[in-house]
Amino acid sequence: MSFSFPVEAGAVLMFARALGDLDPRWYDEESPAAQAHGGVLAPPTFVASAAHFDPDWPYRPRPGTPWHGSGRGPGFPPPASGSGTSLHAEQHYEYHRPIRPGDVLTVDREPGKRWEKQSARAGTLRFEEEITRFTNQRGELVVTAIRVRVVTERPVEG
Amino acid sequence: MRLEQLTEGDSHSQVVVHDLTRTQLVMYAGASGDFNPLHTDEVYATQVAGYDKVIAHGQLTMGLTAKVVTGWVDEADLSAFGVRFKNQVWPGDTLTVSATVTSVTKGPHGPEAELAFSTTNQDGVEVVSGYARLREAWAVEDR
Repeated sequence: MSFSFPVEAGAVLMFARALGDLDPRWYDEESPAAQAHGGVLAPPTFVASAAHFDPDWPYRPRPGTPWHGSGRGPGFPPPASGSGTSLHAEQHYEYHRPIRPGDVLTVDREPGKRWEKQSARAGTLRFEEEITRFTNQRGELVVTAIRVRVVTERPVEG
Repeated sequence: MRLEQLTEGDSHSQVVVHDLTRTQLVMYAGASGDFNPLHTDEVYATQVAGYDKVIAHGQLTMGLTAKVVTGWVDEADLSAFGVRFKNQVWPGDTLTVSATVTSVTKGPHGPEAELAFSTTNQDGVEVVSGYARLREAWAVEDR
């Protein structure tokens, strides 16, 4: 699948704030901190926010569609995970080119490997890899991301 | 510290969040677009998902962990960054990242350094382990 992900200055600022990172390199083009990197950059994990533009992203409420979080009632399990929980096991990024506000990235996502493991605590663990490539408006590959998710059979405490 | 000053075995540690708040989880949900109620909806997290509290987004812990690099090495950028999520992060946690230089090499753009790091909570439990590779900072011509 493929979709477009515009990199907006305000979104980059809000992302940095959510990390408690007020370094001007993420928002002030004139600051020495930004100048030392050729201008404002997006923080290293900013590409996670491509979720906002992913038409199939499951963790965003949509008008007219039942949402599994609480309202009048406590909510219900998401259909995909049954009684267990879908957790993020690993995340890897390779950075090929910088990402700067004003860039428009094309996001291409494909499934990778899949495997299973047994766990005494959580039952059968199903691992799934997902590979995402971010290409900028000049056709340059900027980031390759590999996410590994694990779906547990039962809830697991940390 | 500049990239070329790093030598194998150098280490640095930094508190990247103190007493993580549920409000910060809400900020991260809004910024990242990950509105999974497991992270922001305590009613859902406890009554439906079976947890004691909401749990932090793994990507938030990863983003917090990355601050150790910007807080330590000037004029360098990441060329690779990867983590394994080991244990849950909860509201109230204070996270400390310890980073160690595992190798320094000469790359096509100047010096490169490999770091290994471990992020632990206030009880000394590792929540994330990982690696990063640093390269010389991107320049103005790298648009």
